[in-house]
Amino acid sequence: MSEKTENLKQTPLDALHRELGAKMVPFAGYHMPVQYTGILAEHTHTREQAGLFDVSHMGQAAIRGKHPATALENLVPGDLRSLDDGYTRYTMLTNDQGGILDDLMVTRRGDHLFIIVNAGCKDADFAHIAANLPPGNELEIMPDRALLALQGPKAAAVLSRYASAARHMMFMTSESLHIGDIPCIVSRSGYTGEDGYEISVPAEQAEQLARMLLDGEEVRPIGLGARDSLRLEAGLCLYGSDIDTTTTPIEAGLIWSISKRRRSEGGFPGAAIIQGQIENGPARKRVGIVPEGKAPARAHTEITDKDGNGIGEITSGGFGPTVGGPIAMGYVATDFAKAGTAVNLMVRGKANPAVVTKMPFAEHHYFKG
Amino acid sequence: MSTKYTKEHEWIVVDGDIATVGITNYAQEQLGDVVFVEVPDAGKQLSQGDEAAVVESVKAASEIYAPITGEVTAGNPALEDAPATINSDAESAGWIFKMTISDASELDDMMDAADYKTHVAGLE
Repeated sequence: MSEKTENLKQTPLDALHRELGAKMVPFAGYHMPVQYTGILAEHTHTREQAGLFDVSHMGQAAIRGKHPATALENLVPGDLRSLDDGYTRYTMLTNDQGGILDDLMVTRRGDHLFIIVNAGCKDADFAHIAANLPPGNELEIMPDRALLALQGPKAAAVLSRYASAARHMMFMTSESLHIGDIPCIVSRSGYTGEDGYEISVPAEQAEQLARMLLDGEEVRPIGLGARDSLRLEAGLCLYGSDIDTTTTPIEAGLIWSISKRRRSEGGFPGAAIIQGQIENGPARKRVGIVPEGKAPARAHTEITDKDGNGIGEITSGGFGPTVGGPIAMGYVATDFAKAGTAVNLMVRGKANPAVVTKMPFAEHHYFKG
Repeated sequence: MSTKYTKEHEWIVVDGDIATVGITNYAQEQLGDVVFVEVPDAGKQLSQGDEAAVVESVKAASEIYAPITGEVTAGNPALEDAPATINSDAESAGWIFKMTISDASELDDMMDAADYKTHVAGLE
């Protein structure tokens, strides 16, 4: 990490992290906990019990107006007009080349949309959205809210102690719930592949909420290190690594997030390019890759075919604690994107054999009733 | 036998004309959970400062450099199946490789245990 530690912002849980013994690192302009006890233990605990993550660095905002869904559809390929009240959808802000400016979660809450964007992109995202909303719609940034994620198979049992309705929520739905006496916006979603919740809470009550949830014997605090290994095993994209302004949603395998209507109607930045890739297929695709040996292959590792010709690059790679070995994702030329294709990964001058593999690497456990 | 330490957080135990090399407990704490170690093969010629081994944590890969010039006589075979030995016992069972000592004067500038302790204290 080369970010300077001066001028870094703190989340509302900063003091709690330090009290819990977190190792703090600079991340996206914030002091953030990378680990408490150790990444492996935190990863496994989240898969088996429940983990509490501070993701307050992420950006939260509301879009209000007469037709906020129609307004935001001008900037994203996601189908927001069909989004029912209380439902959450994953989509991305695109640029005129069909590249991805950021990925985001959009929830319809009555007359407005509630959005959550990545920390490193939030200032640019908010400026972009505010500048491009049609007249009569406005962006209301919510800097006074914190965001906690409670993830893992015990998350529902823990949260239901304080908010019984949480147990019955479906994956990708959202409700206003009081957790204890704290008013929160609770979404059944996350970034680990496990069942769980993301909880938006007023900043001044975030520590009280975190302490309440950590009281559960199933719950431990989890840092950004395990958040990354969990999402990699779940096959989920990290903005800035696996997707960015040079990758399209189609290349990234996110076509599932674009409905039939939006595919045919377009009406978002880069639509012509994205529609062309849907029709003709992209030249490259994001795939899962499993090295055959024990050596991990990190981001920017070159991928070659068996004859040594360059066919792509790893974008995220490391050790999957639940898988028990190295895993990676990256882009390969479409001819090599089929699961089972043998490739080589150039790690420290050696060609390590690896296989293109379907994702996720660790099964998703979302609650769908 | 004497133990020397480098600023790169390696320890070197000298026993006759063979040096055993590993990373310090401070270094393993900084790295976190070690999940993979690539040790050099016996017979590999190393000059001081050459890349000799790689220690990978969940988060990142870290190169281990040859603290002195010499020939590798053994890599620690136990680390292939039990890389976390570096976490549990960095300064003994978690040794990474052994090598010959071509030029003993390369050891002269290194720190002893007391100096290294002071060095680490200054980093925190």
